[in-house]
Amino acid sequence: MAYSDKVMDHYENPRNVGTMHKDESGVGTGMVGAPACGDVMRLQIKVDEQGIIEDAKFKTYGCGSAIASSSLVTEWVKGKTLEEAAQIKNTDIAEELALPPVKIHCSVLAEDAIKAAINDYKEKQSS
Amino acid sequence: MSSPIYLDYSATTPVDKRVAEKMCHYLTMDENFGNPASRSHKYGWDAEIAVEQARADVAALINADPKEIVWTSGATESDNLAIKGAAHFYAKRGKHIITSKTEHKAVLDTCRQLEREGYEVTYLDPQEDGLIKLKDIEAAMCDDTIIVSIMHVNNEIGVIQDIAAIGELCRSKKIIFHVDAAQSAGKVEIDLQKLKVDLLSLSAHKVYGPKGIGVLYVRRKPRIRIEAQMHGGGHERGMRSGTLATHQIVGMGEAFKIAKEEMVSENKRILALRDRLLKGFEDMEELYVNGNLEQRVPHNLNLSFNFVEGESLLMAIDTIAVSSGSACTSASLEPSYVLRAIGRNDELAHSSIRFSLGLFTTEEDVDYTIKLLKEKVEKLRLLSPLWDMYKDGIDISAIEWAAH
Repeated sequence: MAYSDKVMDHYENPRNVGTMHKDESGVGTGMVGAPACGDVMRLQIKVDEQGIIEDAKFKTYGCGSAIASSSLVTEWVKGKTLEEAAQIKNTDIAEELALPPVKIHCSVLAEDAIKAAINDYKEKQSS
Repeated sequence: MSSPIYLDYSATTPVDKRVAEKMCHYLTMDENFGNPASRSHKYGWDAEIAVEQARADVAALINADPKEIVWTSGATESDNLAIKGAAHFYAKRGKHIITSKTEHKAVLDTCRQLEREGYEVTYLDPQEDGLIKLKDIEAAMCDDTIIVSIMHVNNEIGVIQDIAAIGELCRSKKIIFHVDAAQSAGKVEIDLQKLKVDLLSLSAHKVYGPKGIGVLYVRRKPRIRIEAQMHGGGHERGMRSGTLATHQIVGMGEAFKIAKEEMVSENKRILALRDRLLKGFEDMEELYVNGNLEQRVPHNLNLSFNFVEGESLLMAIDTIAVSSGSACTSASLEPSYVLRAIGRNDELAHSSIRFSLGLFTTEEDVDYTIKLLKEKVEKLRLLSPLWDMYKDGIDISAIEWAAH
């Protein structure tokens, strides 16, 4: 399968790979996908006191598009408010990476990962 | 070293230069281009001589009578002709067929078609090592059973089924036995004077011959009848009509002749390389060999690198040409049905790589492959949340994943 240069770039030089301590305050963790389906994404955000995402980390088990999609969203969410980050749509990701139709689900998964990380953060704040 | 290094010989092989050279003599006006069915002139007679020599060469590799060789377009057509042809011819005798879940799609989809026509098919589960238990075949047999179709060597995991024993069982019950031998010809000895196989499918392009040509072996003693699936000029004793592709046939004949001469020594060399490859990976964690390692053709190694997804691994190792059981590399978006059938979970099926070695594989290629795989698997594991969880001692199968 021929991938776009942007997918190849993110795949070969993934941004913000890593793990944050999930119990740390200000950290929200989103884990989506399933091993059986061939992709699992874990996206983590660190939110400062003003409600702005100051850092993001990811790890992904999946194809090149899944790795690129999650790497891209770690770049995109940084510096955004939670509300702004929640506005990121899978279509934006798919367009930026020029994903072929068969790989659209990777961008859907990345959008889900952002939402899951935000929800996790909010739940932790309210508890 | 050719780039990328070709390690996908089970998908197809390059045509042997000696084969290609010989084929060239059967195309142009200057040489032999005749229709082997033309009985009225030298052009036809010369082509017929070439076709009959090739028929004898193919027959020799499998120790059969040349009269038992029917030319087809490849193993897919041979499988279709064998199973549909015998099922249709013997429909009055019964309507039950036995096969296995790890057969090639050419057998499985042919059986599905026969189910739509009213036949009944039993799809046997192999054991975890990929081998079919003789007892399971026997247990599935009933008065209505007319055909058993079991492949000799599996295309994905390379395991060798005991077709000698299955043949004895089938013969004792007067059930027709079809074997897809596309992956075994030239790799494993096939002696049809000893083996009780009635129908056997062969392909040229897995044995350094050209694509687009194959053979169905149809036993004469005891005589097996099949109904033609392709109608026309009555070629191949009415079993498969269509003008014979002389150059392709000559190519297959030459390839099989070379295979007969060089098989034993080449197998020894390939096995040493395969063992070297496996040994190179030995110290890796969470590495699984798929399929029985002893009952296996020498050139196949199918491994799962757990917690790394196959397609992303293929991207990382693009300087070698291999194939994967990952869903992302298949048209159907399903992980390998063969690995699923032998009880591998989805993760391991997604993480599998098939290495198949061949004529041009060198020690240098193998050493390079080991180094490359180790480096890239480690890199991708550091990127994998599943690897993290495994390292933290979390049981991934105990987590309730949301399927998508």
